[in-house]
Formats: sequence, structure tokens, C-alpha cells
Amino acid sequence: MALTPVITEHWDDPELFTIAGYRRHGGYSALAAALKQDPDAIIGTVKDSGLRGRGGAGFPTGLKWSFVPQNDGKPHYLVVNADESEPGACKDIPIMIANPHSLIEGVIITSFAIRANHAFIYIRGEVPEAIRRVANAVREAREAGLIGRDILGSGFDLDVVVHAGAGAYICGEETALLDSLEGLRGQPRLKPPFPAVAGLYASPTVINNVETICNIPYIVGRGVEWFRQFGTEKSPGFKVFAVSGHVNRPGIYEAPLGITMRELLDYAGGMIDDRPVKFWLPGGSSVPMLTAEHLDTPMTYEAMAEAGTMLGTGTPMLFNDTVSVVKAVTRWLEFYKHESCGKCTPCREGTYWITGTLERFQEGHGSDREMEVLTDLCGQIAGRSFCALGDAAATPYPAAMKYFRDEFAAATSTPVDETFDPAASYVFSGAAAR
Amino acid sequence: MTVTSNSGPGSDVQVATDLITVVIDGVEMQVPKGTLVIRAAEQLGIEIPRFCDHPLLDPVAACRACLIEVEGMPKPQPACAQALTDGMNVKTQYASEVARLAQEGVMEFLLLNHPLDCPVCDKGGECPLQNQAMSVGRPETRFDGEKREFDKPINVSAQVLLDRERCVSCARCTRFAEQIAGDPMIELLERGAKQQVGTADDQPFDSYFSGNTVQICPVGALTSASYRFRSRPFDLVSVPTACEHCASGCSLRTDYRRGVVTRRLAWDDPQVNEEWNCDKGRFAFTYQRNGRVEHPMIRENGELRVASWPEAIDAATRGLAAARGKVGVLVGGRSTVEDAYAYARFARTALASDDIDFRVRQSSDEEAAFLAARVAGTRVSASYDGLEVAPAVLLVSLEPEDESPILFLRLRKAARGGTSVLSVGAVATDSLAKMSGRLLTARPGEEAAVLRSLDDATRSLLSQPGTVILVGERAAGSAGTLSAVAELADATGAALAWVPRRAGERSALDAGALAGLLPGGRPLEDPQAREQVAAAWGTTPADLPAENGRSGDAILRAARDGDLAALVVGGVQLTDYADPTLAEEAIGNAGFVVSLENHHSAVTERADVVLPVAVVTEKAGTFLNWEGRPRPFGQVLRDALTMGDAKVLSMVADAMGVALPGDVRSIRMELGSLGPWAGSRFQTPAVASGAGATGTVLASWRLLLDSGLMQEDEPHLAATARPTVAMASATAVAALGDTVTVTGPAGSVTLPLKVADIADDVVWVPMNSPGCHIHTDLGATPGASVRLTAGGAA
Repeated sequence: MALTPVITEHWDDPELFTIAGYRRHGGYSALAAALKQDPDAIIGTVKDSGLRGRGGAGFPTGLKWSFVPQNDGKPHYLVVNADESEPGACKDIPIMIANPHSLIEGVIITSFAIRANHAFIYIRGEVPEAIRRVANAVREAREAGLIGRDILGSGFDLDVVVHAGAGAYICGEETALLDSLEGLRGQPRLKPPFPAVAGLYASPTVINNVETICNIPYIVGRGVEWFRQFGTEKSPGFKVFAVSGHVNRPGIYEAPLGITMRELLDYAGGMIDDRPVKFWLPGGSSVPMLTAEHLDTPMTYEAMAEAGTMLGTGTPMLFNDTVSVVKAVTRWLEFYKHESCGKCTPCREGTYWITGTLERFQEGHGSDREMEVLTDLCGQIAGRSFCALGDAAATPYPAAMKYFRDEFAAATSTPVDETFDPAASYVFSGAAAR
Repeated sequence: MTVTSNSGPGSDVQVATDLITVVIDGVEMQVPKGTLVIRAAEQLGIEIPRFCDHPLLDPVAACRACLIEVEGMPKPQPACAQALTDGMNVKTQYASEVARLAQEGVMEFLLLNHPLDCPVCDKGGECPLQNQAMSVGRPETRFDGEKREFDKPINVSAQVLLDRERCVSCARCTRFAEQIAGDPMIELLERGAKQQVGTADDQPFDSYFSGNTVQICPVGALTSASYRFRSRPFDLVSVPTACEHCASGCSLRTDYRRGVVTRRLAWDDPQVNEEWNCDKGRFAFTYQRNGRVEHPMIRENGELRVASWPEAIDAATRGLAAARGKVGVLVGGRSTVEDAYAYARFARTALASDDIDFRVRQSSDEEAAFLAARVAGTRVSASYDGLEVAPAVLLVSLEPEDESPILFLRLRKAARGGTSVLSVGAVATDSLAKMSGRLLTARPGEEAAVLRSLDDATRSLLSQPGTVILVGERAAGSAGTLSAVAELADATGAALAWVPRRAGERSALDAGALAGLLPGGRPLEDPQAREQVAAAWGTTPADLPAENGRSGDAILRAARDGDLAALVVGGVQLTDYADPTLAEEAIGNAGFVVSLENHHSAVTERADVVLPVAVVTEKAGTFLNWEGRPRPFGQVLRDALTMGDAKVLSMVADAMGVALPGDVRSIRMELGSLGPWAGSRFQTPAVASGAGATGTVLASWRLLLDSGLMQEDEPHLAATARPTVAMASATAVAALGDTVTVTGPAGSVTLPLKVADIADDVVWVPMNSPGCHIHTDLGATPGASVRLTAGGAA
């Protein structure tokens, strides 16, 4: 399957991040057309396109927009979730750095469609480059009359605020993001009410991922049929895949949904030193791992679900046979333990317990009993925690046990660094050889 | 089902509720739509474990201890946040293995980092974590790692201590502080397993309501400095009682061990204090033990000496019999209905005097007339529940957070539910902001003029059905205010309630401890009233005093001037009078003084006979709260031998040959036989509006935690009091700097000066706080003209 650069099409233009550069490639033409349409028609277009959220959950975007009650007399808000913090996920940040105006154009069109006069872009605080680029893009758009009052004579007013997060993974959870944006401690909110009804400042709010919003100008500008020529019935369109791990050319590959990992791996130059794929994750650390036998599974929401995992953020991580699964799972759990917000018991205490136990496995001090206990603990977290962070934390271990139980068994007697030489898995060894 | 509420005005309205049918553990039941699973299950007697859930706090679903199974939902749901919908089929831990395992898992997680130091923990024995770990937890933990540790304990305030390692992060305390008290001074800090409750640096949790967090903490994480390590719950005797500190009328539970009270808790009374109380009511009880008058005393050769009871009764009898007809009776504001009734009857019969008053504070004849006309013996017309449904509440000369803290909590709750709170006063306080209130600025002394010139919008707001006007006792110090309040209530149809500060004021008023008023609001001069009362008292109308007697201030003047021969004084602190010098001279000049007291005081020092009486834990009685709602309580300390005022008075009366019941039961029966009064009432006063003093005038009220005698010997509580500061406008502060000297007729006080939303010609100081006692230090009352000078120079 061929690559289909759309969002990434002109990334080779070093001036793309400026408004002039973006316009040179047809930027903001979709906006002008959109502002002449009926907002409901735009919602209809996005619904018809079948675009699904690119933040991980894959919820249909148009449907989400249609949940916002209209003519309710309340202000509406658009919030862009740009708090990309998932281990292994690195797609929104490159988009914001390379092509920030596609995000801004999407924000304006989306705000117009859902009748929001205020939009917020909540960017992960650790990436000042992205914050600078997006803030600059907002400034340029405002100077060009694309943000502000009576945009392009349409009578539509919009203000866009760029907000930097303060370094908490939980703030990528949409309701925690809203609390954080309101100046509160970032912890997830009790639902209902859902954000579409009572979100930011208790008003109807749409929260979308960066990549989702970047799709909007192209869908509105080029039409549903054009969009649906890519992907599958249930997963239409294209996706910015960010491939990382033991591959020769890690990076961004924009391709239709339905491409297989094997094809993506080819584009990424294959595995370093041609070592075999041991395990891989289609979309961040929060989705269950797969093995080499799944390399031909189409990268779609539905096929990934069938394979027992999720497309997630669409940012595959590939690991070769030098990597200890025990160690990888421990790293991920250390992350979740560190990022657990503390609100609910299963996630707060469960990540603490699991991480401590896994760290003992890593030293070769695990036990058969604890392998069973860990399985139990993950079951005591999954579906019992307040938000999806707990579910995510309960994912890596059971998935790893499904394919690599032996490695955990070995870790009851042998430190993993003895079984797997850590130096062998360092990417720079292979890179140096290249 | 129809839900009938039986409180508040217009309460016999029947409210039809949408009912739905649900099934819990196979039992079909009907509940109002939106009922939470956990509440519905309680009705069936099914107890679902919970930590973060509290019926008076918004659901948060954080602890996950209450997970249950709902048919059709893939994951277990938190019962504390899951609203029931029609046809919902719920299975709790008793019917669902999924729910049972989910709860067991959460319990195992909760105990993970918990120190399990139950044997040395104050909560051990009454601990929801302990109990629920037993009922739904695993027999043994599978965790063999290292527990998280914290330094322990830390002070979140001088009174409240936190052992962070015991905390289960249920956020009940932080939610209470934010949602109920409006004092979000504690918050969860850090994240993950390091999450902990804390305060901002150097900003302790000095909320008036902080003690409630100790009570609702479901583990032993929050403890009070006063109770920590003092006792085990299972060694305590618990007795339900009523709070003696103010007229809010909280239900309390008092716990004691071996005759010593160890702690007090807020008791559950949905109509009054819900499940809360203030820190004064919770922690200020050590006064009950210390500084007590332990034996009767009589004055001999100018010196007080200990005497036997018969000797002391004899001395009192002889002195009072000699002065009969010329005796004044001063009843403190802390008496029970029964004790005040005994004073009232003792004065009118044994002493043949109507010179009686309970108002040991600034008072006026206008106030006496207002109370007699509009308050005494009336039924509950404005209630706590009524506040919640009131469209608007007008406060006049009343600072609820300081003067009636549970009233404040309910007003805040009402305001959160949409009630508009307006306040006629001098200062736009933080407290008013917590009630989203609007200040109708009145210079002290000019409240009546403000009330009589409200704009049309405010008057129409107050004219909505259900509106309530609450007027505080300080209104007595501002001419015309009580008259204007009554006029406004009549004009708008609003319910009117008088909110005194002390627990015994309304009790004494209704018991007839005020000149001209017999029990139940009966005018002394009304023939029918005289007949009823005389019949109840076993005497004849002709034997009752013929004319209305003197008010408190007049009694003091008469005693000073020798027009009264004797005084009977019960529970009076002289500095509480607006003119303490007059009060001292009155006691000094009165020929014969009988003091019924539980603590040594300026009165006992000068008295001829001192008769020790019981404190609230040693007797039974009844307080009437500001609503007029009886708050009966029994004797807490079963073995206490000290007699109550009524019993002591009955002994004196007996020796004088006059019958007077001395036991609470007989008095209650007698009051019951008198019944309510339906006859004539006093005329509502119509006093012209005061003009207000010239120059800078004084605004003042008593802070909740101050120099009050009943807060003595509780240093941890005292350390949470608000600092003694003066408040003035930004303009005044700009001119005066950060220290001010306030000078009144009797002297000066120098205080730190803070900016407040207050008129330029008004200064606020606390009435009776350490370093500022306006009656004695300044010789001034609110509304008086005072002089301000910068810094410490007088």
C-alpha cells in the first residue's frame, strides 16, 4: 500500500510552519469555503466522512460534535488535546512543529461548526518548540484576520488560547485536561455529565486530538468521497503513523488506514541488523502488545480489536529479540505509577504494588505465586479504576504473559540483565553499524 | 409515594416524586428517580462498603470501595455515584461475584500502604476501614513489599493533626472544607501513591468547622490534638446531648470515661445541624471541669468561707426574705428553659418581684418590647429547612459564621442552592462572600434607616413567599432597628426570627425570665395570663407582682442606687454588660447578693452567699434554639452530684415557705400544663431610626473563638482563632498605616490594621478577643464614636 502524505505532504518545505508557507500549499482555502457553509452541514460532512478520533479511542468525530446541544444559550468551547505524553507516541508534536497552521485551520472550522467562540489548545508543557510554533501560528492567523472578530466577513468570532500543561500524563485524559485548564488540580471528573453537555466551565465542550483536527480542513476542502477512498469502511481515511523502536528509519509515515505493520516496517527500512521482531505495540504503551505473527494485520480500528489490541494513537513501537519483555513491562509500569494521579484506589495503589513486584522480577527475585498475584492485580485494576489510566496500567503485564510467560518464569531465578544483555538492545549500536 | 415535609412554613405541601422500579439483589423496590444505588441499598438494609461516599457531600467515586454490578453494564459501577434508572437491576456483593471480588480487590489495595497500626490508633474500634476490611476484605494480604512512609503527624492546624500514612485519599475532608464550610484551606497534594492532604505553607486549616473533618475521616488519619491518644472508643460512655455554646441548637454526642468528658461529636440531626458542628461546640468543654465553685460559701466578717448546704440555704433565705419585694434577679444567657423557669417563678413568687432579666449584654427597652411582641412563646416560623427553600434571606445585625455557625453552614448551603442572601451590616466579610451574599451597607447605629429606605428591587425580592428575615441580638444596640425589622416583615410577609448568640436566651425569654413576661410570652398585666399562671403555680393572681418590673440595666442602676435591697445572680459575667462599671457598682452596692454559679467570678467574689450549680453535663434540661425548637438533653455524667439552678432555687424557696418544683420532669410537666399562649400580646415597638454617632463609629461583634469563659483551658482551639485585628477601609488604612490605636471613653487598644470592604468612617474591632475587649478597654459598644490614631500612640 502506498504512502498518502496529506497532513505531512509539504513537510519538506522549511517555511511550512509560517502562514505564508502554509498558504503557498493551498492552506486556509478550506476555511474560506467552510465559513460560507451552514455549520450543521460541516458537522454532517465530518459525520459522513467517518473520521474517527486519532487520540487513541477512535470515537467518531462527527458524532461527538453532534452531541453538543445547539441553541442552548450557553457558550460552547473547543478544546484541542495536544498533551501527547503516551510512551511511544510522537505524532502530534511533529505535526504542531512542522505544520501548525493545519491545526489552526482545523480549529477555526471546527469551532465554526460547533458554534464555539473560544478554542483552547492544551499543549504538553515539555515541548516548548511545539508551544512556540503553535503560539506563533495563532498570532499569524490573528494578524491575518483568521482569528478574531468577523472572520473573513462571515460574522463568526473566535479567540484561540494556547495553554501549556505542567507535565502530567493524566492531563491527556480529557476531563482532567479540563480541570487543569480551569486552573484546578488535573484529575479526571466524574461522568456524567459528559463534556459535550457540561465540559469546560460547565459549558458544552468538544475535545479533539491534534491529528483529528488537522484532518478537518482536508475533509471539508476535498470532500467525503476523497477522504473515504482511503482506509476501510469502518476506518476511513489516512493516519499519521509514527514508527519507532528497533527499525532502521524511525519516523513519521502517513498512510491509509489498513496498511499493515509489515508494509510500514518496509518503509521504515526494516529491522536493525535484520533481527526479528519480537513484539510490537500498534499505538503506545497503553495497548496490548502483538508479536511477529501479527505483522500482516491491517492497521485499522476493527482489525486491531480483533487481534486483541487497539490501534491506539497509531504510533507503532517495535522491539527485537534483544529486549527483555519483563524489563519493558517494568518500565511502562514505572511510568504509570509515576503518572497515576492518585484519585482512585485501584490505580494509585495497584501501580505502586505491581511496579514494586516487577522490579523484584527484574532482579531475578520473582516467584510463581507473584506471577499469579500480578495477574490478579491487573484484573483488580482493569475496569475498576476511575479513568482509562488505570486500565492502561493493567494492560502490559497480561499481554506480555500471553506471549512471554517463560520470561517471567525465568525472572523468578535469574536477573533479566543476565538473560538479556542490555547493551545489545541499544539502538545506537545498530545505528553506528549502519 | 408522596413525600411530606413537616418543617418550615408552608410545609404541609405534598411533593409528588417521580418513582421508578428497580431491583437490588433480587428485591424489587420503588425509589425516586435519580436515587443513588448506595442510598437505595441502605433502605433495604444492604450495606455497601464506602469511604469517599458521604450523603452530605457531592459524589466523587474515588475510593472505588462500593463497586457493584449493574445488569447490562460491562464494568462494575460505583454505587455512590450510580443513579438508578427505571428497571435497573443491581447486584451488590451479596448477589454478584464480580462485585464481591471488585470490593475485595479495592479493600486489599487500600490496606496496601496503610500502616495497620490499629492498636495505637485513635480510630481503632470505631474505624470504617477496620470494620469494612473485616466485612468485605481478604483475610490476609498478599502484599509483601515495602509500605509508603511519611513523617507523622503533621499539624494541618493547631487542633487537627494528620497521619498521612493512614490516609486512604477519600477526600472527604477536602470536600467538606470546600463544599460545606467554604474554607478550602486543605487540599490533596502530590500524585499517585504520594498523594497526601496538606495546606499551603504557613496557612493552617483554621476553619471554624475543622473538627468535622476529624469526625468524617473514615480512617485514623485526622485526629484532634485534644483527643489524640486520650482514650479508646470502647472505653467511652456515649450520651446524646445538646450544645450549650450558642443558639444554633446542635445535637451533640458527648463521650466520657470515668466521669471525665473526653470528646464531643456532632450528632446527626437533619433538621438542625445535619451532621456538622463548629469547633467551639466540639472542643470547648474543658471549662466544665476547671475553676469550678465546689462548695457553698457564705460571707462572714467580710470574708467568704465554705459552708454546708443547710447553712448556705439558711443564709440565702434570711437575706432574701428580708429584702422581699425589693430583689432583682439577673439570669445569665446560658440557662436552660427549666432553670430559667425556676428563676422566673422564684422571682414572682418567693421574691414578689418582677425585676428580672436574662440579657447580660447590650440591651434596650425596644428590644424587650420586640421580644415580648414578636418572639416570646411563638412557634417555629422560620426554620433551617425553610432557609433552603427561601428565595431570599435578609440578615440584620447578624454575622452568622461568628454568632451562629451552624446557621451559617445552612445559609451557605441555601445560597449554593439559589437562595439570595442579603445582609444589613457594616462590613462585607469573607463570610458573607462564602454565602454569595450582598451587603446593604449600614453604618453602625443607622441600620433602621437603611431598613426603612430599601429600594424597590430589594423590597420586591424580600416580598417573595418564603423569604426569611433573621435579626441578631446586636440589633438591640441600634435604636429603631428591631422596630424597622418588624415593619419590614409585616410589609413583605417574610418570616421573622431573632437569632441570639447564647444558647439560653430564647429559653429564658420563653420561660418568662424577663420583666413583664410570664412563661410562654404571657403579658404579666393580662388578667387571663395571670389567672393561668397563678393556677399553675398554686397561687392567686393577686399574689403575682402587679406591675411590670425593671429591665436588666434598670435593675443594675437600682441596685447601685440602693433602690433594690438584694440581687439573685445566676451565671453572669459582669464584663458582658455594655457598662461593666455600672454592673460592678450594682453588685458592690446591693445590700445582699446571692450568686448561683459554677465558676468563680467577679460576682462570686462579691456575693454574700455563693451556691454552686451544675454545668450542662451534670444536669438535664432543654435549650430553645433560634428557631424556637426545643433541644432537650439528659444528664451526661450519670454520677454527678451537683444540683442544677432549679433544684437549688427550690431549696431556697422551700426554706422561704414557697413551693417551687426543682426537678426537670416536674417543671416540664408544669410548662406543658400551661401550654401555649393564644391571648393578647405586647405591642410591637415603633421606635424612630437612630441617627448614628458623629465621626468614626465602631463596628464590632464577638468572634466565635475569643476570650469567652467557656473556651478556657483549650489552647489548641484557641490557637485556631482568628487574629485580633482592626479592620478599616483602604482609604483609612492608607492614612493610618498597618497599626491603629482605637480610643473610646474608657481607654484605648492598639491593634494591627487590615483593609476591609467597609465605609471610610467605620472601624471594626472584635468585641471580646485577646487584646481587645471593647466594653472594658474602650468603654464603648457598636455604634459608639471612637477616635483613630496611627500606630501605637494613643
